[in-house]
Amino acid sequence: MAESEQPSRWKRLGALLEEFYHAPYRGAVARMRRDEEDLFMLFVYAEMMGVPNPAGFYTLELQPLLLERFHDWHRRMGMDHSPLEHFRCC
Amino acid sequence: MNAILLAAIGLGAMAAGYLFYSRFIATRIYRLDPDYRTPSHVQQDGVDFIPTNPYVLWGHHFTSVAGAAPIIGPAIAVIWGWVPAFLWVVLGTIFFAGVHDFGAIWASVRHRGQSIGAVTGELVGKRARNLFMVVIFLVLLMVNAVFAVAIGNSFINTPSSVVPAWSAILVALVIGQLIYRRGANLMWTSLGGLVALYIFLYLGPFIPITLPDTVLGLETRAQWIIIMFVYAAIASMLPVWVLLQPRDYINGLQLFVGLGILYLALVVAAPSVVAPAFNPDLPAGTPPIFPLLFVTIACGAISGFHSLVGSGTTSKQIDKETDERLVGYGGSVGEGMLALAAIVATTAGFATLEDWQGVYQNFGAGGITAFVQGGASIVSNGLGFSPEFAATLLAVMAILFAGTTMDTGVRLQRYIIQEWGNIYNIKLLTNGYVATLVAVGSCLALAFGAGGASGAGGMLIWPLFGTTNQLLAGLTLLVVSLILVKLKRSPWFTLVPMVFLLAMTILALLYQLWGFVADANWFLAGLDLLILVAAVLVALEAGSALMKERGKLAELAAGGDD
Repeated sequence: MAESEQPSRWKRLGALLEEFYHAPYRGAVARMRRDEEDLFMLFVYAEMMGVPNPAGFYTLELQPLLLERFHDWHRRMGMDHSPLEHFRCC
Repeated sequence: MNAILLAAIGLGAMAAGYLFYSRFIATRIYRLDPDYRTPSHVQQDGVDFIPTNPYVLWGHHFTSVAGAAPIIGPAIAVIWGWVPAFLWVVLGTIFFAGVHDFGAIWASVRHRGQSIGAVTGELVGKRARNLFMVVIFLVLLMVNAVFAVAIGNSFINTPSSVVPAWSAILVALVIGQLIYRRGANLMWTSLGGLVALYIFLYLGPFIPITLPDTVLGLETRAQWIIIMFVYAAIASMLPVWVLLQPRDYINGLQLFVGLGILYLALVVAAPSVVAPAFNPDLPAGTPPIFPLLFVTIACGAISGFHSLVGSGTTSKQIDKETDERLVGYGGSVGEGMLALAAIVATTAGFATLEDWQGVYQNFGAGGITAFVQGGASIVSNGLGFSPEFAATLLAVMAILFAGTTMDTGVRLQRYIIQEWGNIYNIKLLTNGYVATLVAVGSCLALAFGAGGASGAGGMLIWPLFGTTNQLLAGLTLLVVSLILVKLKRSPWFTLVPMVFLLAMTILALLYQLWGFVADANWFLAGLDLLILVAAVLVALEAGSALMKERGKLAELAAGGDD
């Protein structure tokens, strides 16, 4: 009985430590991730907004993959609909 | 008197406070409801609002409020003898700090998890909210300046602490990288981090580091102060996951280990308290115990800083309302334990009364130095460590707390400056680098303005820091009392501490102002006056807010508690 409880207790302690590590900074880290993501999206869709992008050839490939995220992104940026005439997602 | 007995009485009283007084507050005053839907459920977003295990939250609240301040304050205040410091820490924790921290979390949870500043704006008005921001800024300014001076002093007094203290940053950086880039197992990483920290602690005494006497005309202490602010500026600009998060985490673990070592050593060594109960021959220039005791020990007895922590992240993560008692009241009991350890170390850690008097030669001479000297002798007697290692251990413990607070403090100052930039439309201030420079610049100006070119007098700011911190606590207690009055519940358990705190703060400020003017220290006199204005404004806000509710108050005074 005691042996079977041992690993689960160990795991529970690990989970507690994990929470202890992450809980206070969850918000800050998530916001930072989002900011990074926004910058990334700006790179990928830069040319559509008339900003020349030297890496455009490579980022073009990523565009279809990011369509859904594009939708979230423009809404987060305060635009109800896609800001691009020829690129409608909603 | 045996120090074990002293510690046992203190710990016993705080435990009783938790068991009985906090239960009374929880059931009769705040009336916690286990079925109340807390913001972590109602507004759950998986980011800020997320129900969290109460023990984890307690750990956070405790480790983020217990820092260098509950060590420095009591270590200075025992100059009046051990009885006053002991009583204020123990009774303060039970009747002031516990109710305050608990109340801040409760108020925030009942107001959609908003920060206490925002709740103030909602309940008292916009003016009070702005006042809150100014007081917070002043607290941060002073805490950063005074900690830089305290760390500088420690590096000079304990050169063996330099290598381990800076290595701790390296350890934190490695942990951060391992966890985020490699997804390393936290359990092993933490153990590895702690072991590495203690290896560096062991190595410290073999590689003591002292800075040159003067560089570009700057004395050693001034050099350290500048180095600390360069560090804090850089650290506060880094993403939180790189340094702050792992540093906070490893410091939290180290706090538990360090407290364990201190109390264990105390039990084994069983030293006697050599300091007098009431110091009959106070060194010249020591201010009167009344009202200065109540601002010299802020953290450890009550500290407004806790309301920022409690209403910032903690309240958004409270799972059940009934958890608040453990997290808030329990968190401040944890801090009281650290302050008690500091009192024991600085009163029982010396062989004779003469040794003790040798350290406490003037007001402000105690601080980290006395804690390190006294604590080290207890730890080395009790656990058989070499005195050098024990001294390094205690010095690094205090330095790490102070360093992490500076890192967070400069970051928060930057946020406030950026927000002011937004409010008053000053574009330049919204820039992160400019705001950090302004933050660090103002702290440096304070450290050198108060302490002279050598920074030697920097600890003069300590009681001023205490007053500002108590002001913040007063504001929070005001908000909690107002909520209670609006709910037609007895507000006396928060209102009486508030009135006491504001009265002590204003008296202490007036007394110090008189001293600064007499010494023609115009810089500190100006700062004191600024805080005094803020204190009077806080008192006026409190008065006018309570006047508006005087009908209900009169009803309550007549025994009309519903």
